[in-house]
Amino acid sequence: MVKLILRDKTWELPAGMTVRDAIKKAGLDPHAVLAMRDGKLINEETLTRPDDVITLISVISGG
Amino acid sequence: MSVRRGMRCRKCGAPAVINMPQHKLALCEEHYLEWVPARVGQTIKRFRMFRPEDKVLVAVSGGKDSLALWDILYRLGYAAEGLYIDLGIGGGYSAESKAKVEAFAAARGGLPYRVVDVRETYGCSIPELARRSRRGAKTCSLCGLVKRHIMNRVAYEGGFAAIATGHNLDDEAAVLMQNTLHWQAGYLGRQAPVLPSTHPHLARKVKPLCLMYEREMAAYSLVRGIDYIYDECPYSVGAKTIFYKELLNQLEGRSPGAKLHFYLSFLKAKEEGTIRFAEEEAVQMQDCRRCGQPTTAGDLCAFCRLWERPEMAVCGPADEFEA
Ligand SMILES: [Zn+2]
Ligand SMILES: [Zn+2]
Repeated sequence: MVKLILRDKTWELPAGMTVRDAIKKAGLDPHAVLAMRDGKLINEETLTRPDDVITLISVISGG
Repeated sequence: MSVRRGMRCRKCGAPAVINMPQHKLALCEEHYLEWVPARVGQTIKRFRMFRPEDKVLVAVSGGKDSLALWDILYRLGYAAEGLYIDLGIGGGYSAESKAKVEAFAAARGGLPYRVVDVRETYGCSIPELARRSRRGAKTCSLCGLVKRHIMNRVAYEGGFAAIATGHNLDDEAAVLMQNTLHWQAGYLGRQAPVLPSTHPHLARKVKPLCLMYEREMAAYSLVRGIDYIYDECPYSVGAKTIFYKELLNQLEGRSPGAKLHFYLSFLKAKEEGTIRFAEEEAVQMQDCRRCGQPTTAGDLCAFCRLWERPEMAVCGPADEFEA
């Protein structure tokens, strides 16, 4: 499984899909978040691997 | 399908950290860190924001856009000085954002910046001011008024050629959409990457990030290791702009580049005169007797009038006007 984390929310998804698909599966907009793995930014075409922990960062701010 | 190689940097073929369908461009960390300042530098030149020898004041909030802007101007070699306005907002917001600014400047060998503490300077913080000003003035509009006054004052006193703010493309496109949906002709007429100075006490305002996607700025801050305040100002949570940004992102998903096109074609249509907004009538301006900034109503500007109210007696403009 792959763990997706955005602030205090977590999703568990099967590995093997792209980061973009994982973000969509979590019900989020891929335009509105960035994904990091092992402390590095990764592009949304990257395939997720078993036991990945992917941290999402929201890019939208108000004001 | 064969083995996916994944997305590669267009310049060097290394794994890409960011894919930007809006530019048909994917880049690795190293080349992304080159691409962003180059694009911002082009934007500064394209809109003639300021010259290399100009002193520029960067309004820094501790958020990703303004810190990234400061970082980029510094990397491009501009004489950029920071201005942090301590609004005195509780819940740790002001304290944390100020700490981010301090740490950012220190990590770059002590970048120059000024701090204006609203409570120290005027006797009460933004939330106190909002509580005392009765007519139900919204905190955000009061805050905007106070920040504009302070930015203009610091720019005037410090002899800065321009004030640079961290507004990105998503900010601009969201405001454009909001103003278009309401046909706010006055606002539409004024929305531009550069707001020229119309009075010696009103600084020129520029937005060097106006062509940068918000996502690009967040990615730049992450890759560059800029530690910014992630939380929103507690008063702006749920701001309407976020709704328009989400709408625009849906559009962007269907048609990459839509946001950029929306904004750029608006600027182009204005420049070419295919859309025109009535010139604002030249209203009679006079100088505020207290601060010197121009005003249309009476002899005190809206900012100075704030402190005239009896409820404000406990605050009062303290040291700003003492000299
Ligand atoms: Zn590269
Ligand atoms: Zn005044």
